Amino acid sequence: MLHYIFKRTLILLATLIVASLVVFVSLEIVPGDPASYMLGLNAQEDTVAALRAELGLDKPKIARYFSWVSGLVTGDFGTSYTYRTPVADMVQDRMWVSLPLAIYALALSTLIAFPAGVYAASRRGGAGDTTVMGLTQLGVAIPNFWFAMLLVLLFAIKLRWFSAGGFPGWDAGFFQAMKSLTLPAIALALPQASILTRVMRSSLLDVLNEDFMRTARAKGLTRRQALWKHALRNAMIPVLTIMGLQFSFLLAGAIIIENVFYLPGLGRLIFQSIASRDLIVVESVVMLLVLAVVLVTFLVDLAYAWVDPRLRGTR
Amino acid sequence: MKTIKLSRALFRAGMLTMLVIGSAQAAKTDVTIGMQLEPPNLDPTGGAAAAIDEVVYANIFEGLTRFGSDGAVLPALAKSWEISDDGLTYTFALQEGVKFHDGSEFNADDVKFSIDRAMAEDSTNAQKQLFANIDSVENVNGAAVITLKASDGNLLFNLAWGDAVIVPAEAIETLATSPVGTGPFKFKNWVQGDQIVIEKNPDYWGEAVKLDTATFKFISEPTAAFAAMMAGDVDAFPVFPAPENLAQFEADPRFTVVLGSTEGETILSTNHKQPPLDNIKVRQAIAHAIDRTAIIDGAMYGYGTPIGTHFAPHNPAYVDLTAKSEYDPEKSKALLKEAGLEDGFSTTLKLPPPAYARRGGEIIAAQLRAVGIDVEISNLEWAQWLEQVFKGKDFGLTIVSHTEPMDIGIYANPEYYFQYDNADLQALLASFAEETDSEQRTSMLQQAQNIISDDYVNGYLFQLAKTGVASAKLKGLWENSPTQANDLTGVYWED
Repeated sequence: MLHYIFKRTLILLATLIVASLVVFVSLEIVPGDPASYMLGLNAQEDTVAALRAELGLDKPKIARYFSWVSGLVTGDFGTSYTYRTPVADMVQDRMWVSLPLAIYALALSTLIAFPAGVYAASRRGGAGDTTVMGLTQLGVAIPNFWFAMLLVLLFAIKLRWFSAGGFPGWDAGFFQAMKSLTLPAIALALPQASILTRVMRSSLLDVLNEDFMRTARAKGLTRRQALWKHALRNAMIPVLTIMGLQFSFLLAGAIIIENVFYLPGLGRLIFQSIASRDLIVVESVVMLLVLAVVLVTFLVDLAYAWVDPRLRGTR
Repeated sequence: MKTIKLSRALFRAGMLTMLVIGSAQAAKTDVTIGMQLEPPNLDPTGGAAAAIDEVVYANIFEGLTRFGSDGAVLPALAKSWEISDDGLTYTFALQEGVKFHDGSEFNADDVKFSIDRAMAEDSTNAQKQLFANIDSVENVNGAAVITLKASDGNLLFNLAWGDAVIVPAEAIETLATSPVGTGPFKFKNWVQGDQIVIEKNPDYWGEAVKLDTATFKFISEPTAAFAAMMAGDVDAFPVFPAPENLAQFEADPRFTVVLGSTEGETILSTNHKQPPLDNIKVRQAIAHAIDRTAIIDGAMYGYGTPIGTHFAPHNPAYVDLTAKSEYDPEKSKALLKEAGLEDGFSTTLKLPPPAYARRGGEIIAAQLRAVGIDVEISNLEWAQWLEQVFKGKDFGLTIVSHTEPMDIGIYANPEYYFQYDNADLQALLASFAEETDSEQRTSMLQQAQNIISDDYVNGYLFQLAKTGVASAKLKGLWENSPTQANDLTGVYWED
């Protein structure tokens, strides 16, 4: 098990180094200068040059890469060009929106998907199965931003139960903050829940056909007992993989939903920073997301080994 | 199960208290203003982003002079001023008892500091040219005395810009994140990505404002802006991003649609160094190929005023020259023939992100194609546009709204991105800057408008309209936009 963890850790570090290079180089190639973006159409050339010097943009690229990476290692993410505040603070603020939102959405989708998947698998071919599958088909097909707009139309404009968007901050109280994340979390969870339900169902069905399941039934377990005791744990591997992918997606990929609900999350921060060529913010946030994705994959790998002891030695 | 019941009970209690609080509010003294873009920072003297002024101008920061809603230049921190006979020395008598939000006293030294800082070698002021003609600023017995290099009729106007506000020396390091000014509101807090809150300044030197707090909320998505207005999350959206929804607001008694003028001349900028666009006949052909009404209706849902030169129609010195470039495709084709291009030609049209450019660009491309000009459209982000078009001058045509007030001076700079070089106009605008007689100034401005129009420098499309939406009970918002600002000093709720 230790060897396995060590190997996974090495892969994690290598991924991070390669990612930092790719992120830096690709952003340096993109045309556009943060200083001229900030100063607009009337700025004089010496003013732009003065601002570039103030921001440290006149230094050579290699020097900037190393100062950025060494900063990252020591936890110093640098200072945003346009906002003039430390990137770490900005990311932290945004993280307090994106992370709870991702967890909220993942929790919702899991809460829907597990029972629905198990139900559908246990009623294979029956009316219940067909209904669940039909609904998930719909859930996958509906674009989440459109579903989000429907939610706003109904719950914010018509019924006025929720505000149409925005985030009051955790200072406003846990209830207020969670309330403002509810519609976005539902919008994000719907397609995820549908996918997860389908994966859960097919994975369970695969396992139910295995020989050991017949053995379990032969030992005298009822269908339900066999399902809960033996099938579920074995069906978890593909489900965990999908959940890992979904969490990464929810953390970084909520840009559109964040725009619909004007939530100050990480996705919108990246979006704004790319437009204003606030390169240091984009670079640092993307690296952070890479780290998050790699860490989630790492944890999922560990979880595999936990649910399936055979994997501990082989990889 | 118990916990679920408990949380339900809590939820209901929460909803109830909210209802109670909601109905208890009688006279509202807070307002939530929607804005499409969030300011990158709050220092108007260190960046060009319009969103900075939209939060701080007249609310947090003040200059010696300021703009009124109609564009008039009014006294602000300067109570009055005297101009020497040679027009070179301006003596500003300052308001008394003025304090910065940090409690320090405002005096003529702050004026000297602020203007010196903006003019300095290493200044990062986006409108440094405003101060180019200032020789020195001194504190003479408590008055701020500005000495000019040459007489300048624009000084009072220039000092009204957001980039010329007075800032305290001890706070400049933190101006970007916690601004300290002299205005009737002071900065309270900023939840980055979401909102900025400002509150009433109890020690304000002038007339106190009626609002206690104002919140600026940043909503970039047009559909989200619509939902926020409809759900009542936002009380006003002074520059509403989706003109297609305005009719719906107009029909709803809860809202008023506020239409006004802006300083944004929207033009089809033309690269004078790129053949065949260097040929006046070709530019004239382009001008006659354009149907402004179709563009205003198609791209802006009818909001916008046609222009025939680079000047704002609501300015008293404006001359309507649209007839010189009326829509006439046949004439356009004839002109192309005269220029030896009867088979047409092809060029590029590079479009920045705003809807006026992207939607307008498609329509213009179709109109130009009808006379044989083949246009290759490419959509750029702002940063790319600045790099390629504005700095690199690598374009044939582009569409952009020039939103700075009274910016006809850009035509006197042959280095400016469209690279128009006309010695007569340069001489005229140079003498205009020195002229202080207002009648003379008007006639010179009109001459300049004519020269630009006669040279068909750019395609002149329309003046951007200010299309705002507000709750019907909210009064006192600026109708027009003489500078990009949300002056809340006169805003109040009607009972």
